[in-house]
Amino acid sequence: MTAASAAHSSGDKAGAGRARHGGPASKRIIVGYGFWIFLLSDIVMFSAIFAAYAVLASATAGGPTGHQLFDLKNVAVETGCLLLSSFACGIASIGAVLKSVMTFQIAMAVTFVLGALFLGLEINEFAGLVARHAGPQRSAFLSAFFTLVGCHGLHVTIGLLWLLTMMAQIWAKGFRPDIQRRILCFNLFWHALDIIWVAVFTVVYLLGAAV
Amino acid sequence: MSILFGKLSWSAIPLDEPLPMVSGCVIALVLLGVAIWVVRKGWAPYLWREWITSVDHKRIGVMYCVLALVMLLRGFSDAVLMRTQQALAYNAQGFLPPEHYNQIFSAHGTIMIFFVAMPFMFGLMNFVLPLQLGVRDVAFPTFNSVAFWLTCSGALLVNLSLVVGEFQRTGWLPYPPLSEIAYSPGVGVDYWLWAITISGIGTLIGGINLVTTILKMRAPGMDYMRMPMFCWTALATNMLVVAAFPILTATSAMLLLDRYLGFHFFTNTGGGNVMMFMNLIWAWGHPEVYILILPAFGVFSEVISTFSGKPLFGYRSMVLATLAICVLAFMVWLHHFFTMGAGGNVNAVFGILTTVIAVPTGAKVFNWLFTLYGGAVRFSSALLWSLGFIVTFVIGGMTGVLLAVPPADFLLHNSLFLVAHFHNVIIGGVLFGAFAGYTYWFPKAFGFRLHERIGKAAFWFWLTGFYVAFMPLYWLGFLGMTRRMQHYDVAQWRPWLLVAALGAALILIGIVLQIVQLFTSIRDRAQLRDLTGDPWDGRSLEWSTASPPPVFNFAVLPDVQGTEAYWRTKAQARDQQQLAQAPDYCAIEMPRNSPTGVVCAFFATIVGFALIWHIWWLAIVGLVGAYATFVVFAWRDIADEEIPAEEVARIVGENRSHRARALHAERQP
Repeated sequence: MTAASAAHSSGDKAGAGRARHGGPASKRIIVGYGFWIFLLSDIVMFSAIFAAYAVLASATAGGPTGHQLFDLKNVAVETGCLLLSSFACGIASIGAVLKSVMTFQIAMAVTFVLGALFLGLEINEFAGLVARHAGPQRSAFLSAFFTLVGCHGLHVTIGLLWLLTMMAQIWAKGFRPDIQRRILCFNLFWHALDIIWVAVFTVVYLLGAAV
Repeated sequence: MSILFGKLSWSAIPLDEPLPMVSGCVIALVLLGVAIWVVRKGWAPYLWREWITSVDHKRIGVMYCVLALVMLLRGFSDAVLMRTQQALAYNAQGFLPPEHYNQIFSAHGTIMIFFVAMPFMFGLMNFVLPLQLGVRDVAFPTFNSVAFWLTCSGALLVNLSLVVGEFQRTGWLPYPPLSEIAYSPGVGVDYWLWAITISGIGTLIGGINLVTTILKMRAPGMDYMRMPMFCWTALATNMLVVAAFPILTATSAMLLLDRYLGFHFFTNTGGGNVMMFMNLIWAWGHPEVYILILPAFGVFSEVISTFSGKPLFGYRSMVLATLAICVLAFMVWLHHFFTMGAGGNVNAVFGILTTVIAVPTGAKVFNWLFTLYGGAVRFSSALLWSLGFIVTFVIGGMTGVLLAVPPADFLLHNSLFLVAHFHNVIIGGVLFGAFAGYTYWFPKAFGFRLHERIGKAAFWFWLTGFYVAFMPLYWLGFLGMTRRMQHYDVAQWRPWLLVAALGAALILIGIVLQIVQLFTSIRDRAQLRDLTGDPWDGRSLEWSTASPPPVFNFAVLPDVQGTEAYWRTKAQARDQQQLAQAPDYCAIEMPRNSPTGVVCAFFATIVGFALIWHIWWLAIVGLVGAYATFVVFAWRDIADEEIPAEEVARIVGENRSHRARALHAERQP
């Protein structure tokens, strides 16, 4: 009995005329799918912080505004580092598909350096603001700014730790299927951080510097 | 403050307060007694191997329910304290000083929502979903264990606050500015924040896991529109978890930053915005109530259909109603603070959207009634909980619609009318659903049924106890009594509060009967044994496997031909007067057990405790430990264990022979 006729003979309208569900998906699909759901939840968390930032953006309590504080040149370099690191991360995923340890490790190392550079620039920016008495305690606007940008920075930090762990795993264990799935998840994570950063760049820096 | 111990000192232990000290000692003695008993019986290795490190969704589901039942006792003792206090505190101080009374109502709400209702629902979903979907496990078995143990970690921290430090006094949600460091300088709010953040991460992991399981792991032929209703409501619930819990995490993080680092999210000074907290917390909080009630709706659908001997009436409209509630859940949060002053138009929009939720919910109620109508109804205790639910929940729903009318809400806001309303829907809906599910799936989990007569007696005490305890609260709301009062001087209120205390006593009898039911059922398990695996003449796939199911659930994944998958197989077997041909069994790979979950939660508890008491070095140790746990897990070489085909055939063969005998007995009455 074919799948379609099975659905018909059961007298069940729902299954009729459509491809029949073929059973549990492969592990790779399940892992990737589950990680996508996690990323969506992470984006929801960011959107709550974005909303808080939007509410508090003008609550400067007599303190400095974004227009006075933001240095777009610094942010442009940061953005460049992060986007290039994603390119390197993409190369690493190709290396993983080809099972080329060399390509994978070099590309991951480049990703790490660029990510660390981004993080260094961000910490530098934060330290500069605090030195100018524009730390997160100064006003609600700055609280929200440090939280939003810092939360992204925290994600990058965790990403870097994960990246090093993946490099060590490939070095120790090679391209096992479960490690391949983790590389897939890491790639998704790293690219998602780009998406968040594009929103941060636009909402916080571009709009903030313009006012 | 010392570097070694942070804010922690001997004064954190409330030696001068007899109530927490005595109850703390009793709990410690009971735990110690249980531990000694387990070790002396030689069960410790078994518990570690088969339960604590288990990644089997059935075991994890059972452990979630055990956690919920234990925490129910804690939450209920808080309730008894409050009812007694209010019965005594007319023109007097009662026996609970205000700062202690405030901790009790805060702990009661926190525990009942986060550590009773949530784990109970997650336990049922964990246990049932893979069985109903016809698969062998959830999508991420080890993460499932992590999720459960993180929930335990949160529960442990909340209970630790009883004897080390204090709990928050702000109500179950830490509303600023009261919860800010200026007005709550103690560790109470920090206990809440870290406990809820840690267990919230567990809940989120659980939600991601179950969404992925339902969407990507179903038996061949199990199309969406063939899934049992419980799977649909679980899908909606877990989608809400994935969408709502990150908001809770973000909101908690903001309050933590305010308290620990002097940020200005919700402070009175520095441009902070107090009402932003209300908006954010209820953007999580309202979906949360549907996270709790939707799985209960699923349980009632299964129970009513099974005990009416009929397919669920209006399956498609039920699916539609579930998804409608899922979407509307995110569009009504403002009704929790109509009095904020957002203006008439905003309040009107949210008021109307809130009343609209009554439409899909009403559709569900009629579907359940029409399922019962004309059915061969068997009044088992699981069905009694469901019938009690229908009546009680309709009343609770109608008072909810009343509260959704902004002008009425201005009068009733923060009164006991509100308290009566949400207990009406949470006890009458969520808790009755949990008990129905507990009774219904207990034989599936353990291989024997619960004692029916004691179960029915427990139901009647719970039902009458509920009405006696909470109907007076509606009236007290009309008489102007506000919630959370430690004492009062209005003579009119006194009699109603005495009646409410009597109601709590009736519920206590119900709970005692449930404990008695559990023990007598374990004692008489030989008579209550469920040999076939289908004790209620069920309709969905969980009843097609043995009770308790083998670790792999199904020797061969079922081939689903339509809705009510197992009912079809059974009808065929009855027609042909024999079971379907036994298939060829193959070896089955199952994930190996792993201590990752429990070890990770151990470190999470350390991190939480260290951060509450500002012991920074210990927090770092905990974080490194948690990271190391995952690295060790990631480095393991063997992830699966193989169960040989002969073993599979042996396990399944036993159940088949019982079923064949039952079929035979059916033919020759």
